[in-house]
Amino acid sequence: MSADLRAARRRLLLDSTGIAASAVGFALVFGLAARNAGYSLVEASAMSVIGFAGAAQFAAVGYVAQGLPWLPIVVLTFFLNARHLLYSASLAPRMRHVPLVHRAAMAHVLTDEAFALAATHFHRIGRVDVPGYWIAAVIGVFIPWNVATVAGYLLGGAIPDPAVLGLDIVFPAAMAGLAVGLMTGRREVVAAAAGAAIGVAASLLFGLSVGIVVGGLVGPLVAIAMPATLAHPGEAPAPRHGNELHPQSPLPLGDVRLDEAIDEAEADAHPKENLAPIAPAPLRTLDVERALQADEDSRTEEHE
Amino acid sequence: MSTDLVLLAVLMGAVTYPSRALPMLAPGIERLPARALLYLRLVGPAVLASIAASQTLVATDPGGGQQVVLGPQVLGVGVCMLIVWWRRNLFLGLLAGVVLVALLRVAGVG
Repeated sequence: MSADLRAARRRLLLDSTGIAASAVGFALVFGLAARNAGYSLVEASAMSVIGFAGAAQFAAVGYVAQGLPWLPIVVLTFFLNARHLLYSASLAPRMRHVPLVHRAAMAHVLTDEAFALAATHFHRIGRVDVPGYWIAAVIGVFIPWNVATVAGYLLGGAIPDPAVLGLDIVFPAAMAGLAVGLMTGRREVVAAAAGAAIGVAASLLFGLSVGIVVGGLVGPLVAIAMPATLAHPGEAPAPRHGNELHPQSPLPLGDVRLDEAIDEAEADAHPKENLAPIAPAPLRTLDVERALQADEDSRTEEHE
Repeated sequence: MSTDLVLLAVLMGAVTYPSRALPMLAPGIERLPARALLYLRLVGPAVLASIAASQTLVATDPGGGQQVVLGPQVLGVGVCMLIVWWRRNLFLGLLAGVVLVALLRVAGVG
């Protein structure tokens, strides 16, 4: 394992700590709410292990307490969790080399937080890292969520309100911070800004679960529709595959045009086709021979 | 100890799993048109920003409607974003945001 990968995983672990704090805070409250709604400990744990969907679990607690039939709860769960389609589709092109069984298991622990951590980690290292995904999804979310569910159930009223400690902002703040980590070009910045604005507007009109999905769906379309002149202001079009250096953006962001962004997206999906060719062995041998010869020459000169 | 709701948990898991798994398990998703791949790459920042903004700025009122809320949480999330952008350290950003919001609430703001 390279030093870069080790460093990236250490950073992922640190990021996961913040996410885990958020998961613990909310799962404690879920455990308490489930107990108050009449769940047994096994039932509360089953919700967290098998359902493993925060918002849907909280909604189910309320509906079960009101005596609502199961069918509307299951239908609501489907719609609340439909946004996971976006996460899965976004990760899928990079995952084609991961064995099917692994992907099937990875899908069960794909949550908002796991996606945010994993997508940022993959983006940072430029490829898929399966152990990194498990760190994000299991260590960052699944284990804390399930342990805290049990703790919340058992501790009952001894749990402080997460809002008093400011822990209620950890989730949106973590999502915002991880979005910042993904903003590596102007199109990403525009996608995020549009996603945020459209998400808020749609949330006000249709509710949070719909608004979040609408923002996530429409934001990228706005970024793709952005004219090239805005993506790259004040510059004439550059040759697409020329050897000259790319014109530098005044922003500290690596700017890209649409065609180059498309090339990058293809490279993401086909990483093996973009590996730099390895220098052939005879050249390396020649280099070593030249270095030895130069060393010998310098020694001879010194001696003379 | 009752286990009736375990079946409900299984049903909830059964309707959630396909949305998590189908795109990831679908064969040939990497052969999508290039523009579709670019779109999927941009979903990440868009959906995370959408979650962050909606969860920070929109709250459900007692009548069940949605309204814009501006309170300490907006400052907390803003500070977290600034620190992550500046220091590239999420943990530090979260810590600063949480401490700021807790202090503002203790001071009676929001």
